Parts: sequence; structure tokens; C-alpha cells
Amino acid sequence: MSLLKVTNIIAGYGETEILQNVSVEVLEREIVSIIGPNGAGKSTLLKTIFGLLTPKKGSVKFQDEEITGLSPDRIVSRGMGYVPQVENVFPSLTIHENLEMGAFIRKDVYQPKLDEIYSLFPMLLKRQTEKVGRLSGGMRQMVAMGRALMLDPKALLLDEPTASLAPLLVGVIFEKIMEINRTGVAMMIVEQNARETLKISDRGYVLAMGRKVFEDTGEALLKNEEIGKLYLGG
Amino acid sequence: MAELFVYGIVLGSIIALGSIGLTLVFGILRFANFAHGDLMTAGAYVALFLVTDLFRWLGISNENLGPLSLGWRMVFAFPISMITIAVLAILLDYILYQPLRRKRSSTVVLAMASLGTSFIIQMIVLILWGGDSLFYKPGILRPALELSFGIKIRPDQIFIILVVLFSITALHFFLKYTKMGKAMRATADNPELARITGIDTGRIIQWTWGIGGAMAAIGGILYGIDVQLHPGMGWGFLLPLFAATILGGIGNMYGALIGALVMGVVQQLSTAYLLPTYKSAIAFIIMILILLIRPQGIFGGRT
Repeated sequence: MSLLKVTNIIAGYGETEILQNVSVEVLEREIVSIIGPNGAGKSTLLKTIFGLLTPKKGSVKFQDEEITGLSPDRIVSRGMGYVPQVENVFPSLTIHENLEMGAFIRKDVYQPKLDEIYSLFPMLLKRQTEKVGRLSGGMRQMVAMGRALMLDPKALLLDEPTASLAPLLVGVIFEKIMEINRTGVAMMIVEQNARETLKISDRGYVLAMGRKVFEDTGEALLKNEEIGKLYLGG
Repeated sequence: MAELFVYGIVLGSIIALGSIGLTLVFGILRFANFAHGDLMTAGAYVALFLVTDLFRWLGISNENLGPLSLGWRMVFAFPISMITIAVLAILLDYILYQPLRRKRSSTVVLAMASLGTSFIIQMIVLILWGGDSLFYKPGILRPALELSFGIKIRPDQIFIILVVLFSITALHFFLKYTKMGKAMRATADNPELARITGIDTGRIIQWTWGIGGAMAAIGGILYGIDVQLHPGMGWGFLLPLFAATILGGIGNMYGALIGALVMGVVQQLSTAYLLPTYKSAIAFIIMILILLIRPQGIFGGRT
């Protein structure tokens, strides 16, 4: 069943149109990756879905409801989470406070969810009173993902979750993504580590110059020679 | 010297109440509110109206409390003035600054708008109360207490330091332990991420103005108790407020507190060598020095 459906989106900053008629879809419990060269509009697509940019044309539907043009705080309350690529944590707050902020709009008791996230990322539990500004990139990424999970989202948008991380940590983050996905959270991932991402993806889209140029299953995209040459570095 | 140091602490703690509000607002809205000192003025005069007019009319006793030069009227005036100035600050944001932010006006435009607000508040006070210096309780200056090292301090000044300590401690616990306080810090860290997280940043902005306004009101009243009321009193605080805020690192509440104490002490110590009228010049010189040493300056701050 379709969870997130983006249809014929045209969006950009000011007069500049970056996305030209892009349509993508995420089904329930799916991992979908968006790959493509720098400046293809991948991050712009996530920002538009999450209401940080208002599309000029096209529609975004989540759980069969129109969410085009809604503000991010409304979209988050409908069960979608978003982890930006940079500045995705509150640096002067502790790990624990960052996670608590993730639950800001929850009215119920969220302690069980907090425990769940600490057991997903045990490294965070040990250092929960530390300020996030002092943590390494990998730890910050875990805090950012944990924060977005506090609301039990049905879908999570991840913008380059492994950018500028040490190779060892890249593997850890991908494992965590799969683990989160197994609990029923659908994912849309924008990644530079395209090969690694496609390996764990059900489906993938290739964006170039603001247009969708390919779509297929993750496996098929990995095997496609043309895509390998053009977008996966040979 | 020791006495001037103590007076500096008293002045610095009053400046702190203003600079904390200034820094909180800057932390979230990234805009320099030149009318913040005038919120202190407004708070002081609202209390004056309550103490000398409304509460007298209501028949509340104005007997002094113990050795202090203030009575129950002032005790009630504090919360009412705080609420009034909090509401005033929220309203000003709603009718003036928010529309400008919506139009994506530059920081300079917002700062100029606040400068205009500052003059308007000063003029309103001037029209309603005139330009003379006024006192909450004219005539009587309580005898000073003799401490060791020949330091003389009035009971009022001890009261001032205690009120400031209490206010700042309360604010500290609010910011550290309450949900709204944490959300305020989160929004100051990164407003866009706060929205992504689902925090209603519009409400956070209102809380910030409200708290900043209430703290300014306390500061204004305390200055009125310590020295006197004057339509330009808050304007005179502007330089020390900004110097303290910049000194402490813009957006940093604890920095603003330390910065304010430093400003208070330096300003008072300067009177040992210079005419008291040069106090503001001292604040200005310190501000320039900080700006030279910290080249990111006032509008750079954190983005």
C-alpha cells in the first residue's frame, strides 16, 4: 500500500526551479533510496516533502491525505520524521534532552519509547547527560535518528545519514537503519554512498538535473551497467 | 574601592536582568532589540503607577517592611508589572516584529524598528509622568548598614541582590528542567530543526518575549528602588546591556549574567577616577574593545 506518494512536483528556491516534475513513492515498510550526482535535487526533494519548501506544482500525499504546503510541525504530527544532513541535533542540549525534544508533541508517557531508543543505540545511554555539541559525527547521527523516532513515525526521511562518517561507522548506521526498518518504519534515504544504500533498499530512484531518470528495485539498479558507470562510480 | 565594588555588584545584577532578556530574544530571533532597556523603564513606571496611585486608591498600606524603603504595595506591584511588561513585549512582537519577520526584513530593519519602539516608549512615559526624576517613596533614605572593610550597604541593596538571585535561579530551573524551557533552548540552538521536531516555535517566541519582558520589569523596578525613575533610564541602560550581552557571548544566558556583573563593577569602579557621567562612555569603550577582540560582532552571533 502506498504510504507516501509524491506526484509531479515542481519546486525550488525563489525563481530557480530545481525539481522538474518529479514523482516518487514509498510503500509501507519499504526502504527507498534516492541517488544521483550532486545538485540533482535529492535534498530539495526531501525538504519539499517535509514542508520546508512549498512546491510550485504537484502534490504530496501521506497515508492518502494531501499534505502539500503543510508546515513541518503539522507534518511531523501526522507520523513522518525527517533527519536533515547537517545541523540535525541541538548542540547545547544533552543527548537525553535531544531525545525528549523529539517527543515534544507527545501527550502520553514516552518513557518506553525512550528505553527502546536507548536499547537501539546503547552508546547513547552511557553518555545521556553529555552535551551533543561535543559528540562525534557518528554519535550525532544516532542522536538525530533517535530524536526523529521518538514520535513513532510511519515513515522516516534520511538525508545523507552516513555523509562524512568513518567507514566503520557507515556500516553501523546502515545496520541501525535496517533494524529500525524491521520495526515497521518505512524509509526514504538520500545517499552519496549509493552502492551501500541500494544494497539495503527495496527500490531506488535516480535523480539527475532535477529529473527522475531511472527507477527500479535496489538490486536491479545495482546490476544496471549504465547506472553503475554514470552514478555509482564505475 | 571595596564599597564601589559592592555597588557595582548591585548595578550589575540589575543590568543582568535586562541583558538576560536581551540575549534570550537574540538567541531565538537573531535580532538586536534596542527597545529592551525601555521595557525596563516601562516596568518601573507601571510599578510607580501601582504604588503611588492605584494601590493608594485601593487603600493598601504603604508601611515599610522592616528596614526596607518599600512596603506591601511594592510587593504586589512586582508581579503585576512583570505580567504587564510581558504582555507588552508579546504584543509588540505580534504587531510589529512578526510582520517584519514574515516579510523577511533584514536584521537592520528589525533593529531600526526596535529603535523606533524605544523612542515611542520613552515619549509615552514622558507624556504620562513628565521628565522629572521620580521616586517610589520620596524623602527617606534608609541608613546604611556597616559591614567589614568599611563597606556601607543599604538594606534595599541587599534586597535587590536577593531578588536578582532568586529571579535568575528560577529562570535557570525553568530553562533546565521544564519542557517549555528545554524547547526554548532547542529553538535558540536551531529554529528550523525545532520546527522539524514539531515544536511550535511561534509559541516559543511568545514565551521568550514574555520572560524577557518580565525580567526587564524586575530590573527596572529595582533600579527605581536603588536610584530613581526617569524616562531615559532604560535608554541609559542600552550600552551596558549590549556590552554585557556581547561580553558573555550572544545568546548565552549565563554569559550575560557574568557580563552584566563585570559591566556593573567596571562602571562603578570608574567613578573613583572619573566623573559618574562617564559611566556610559566606559560601557561603550568596553563594548568596542570586545567587538575588536571578538570580530564576529553583534549581528554575526550564531546562525
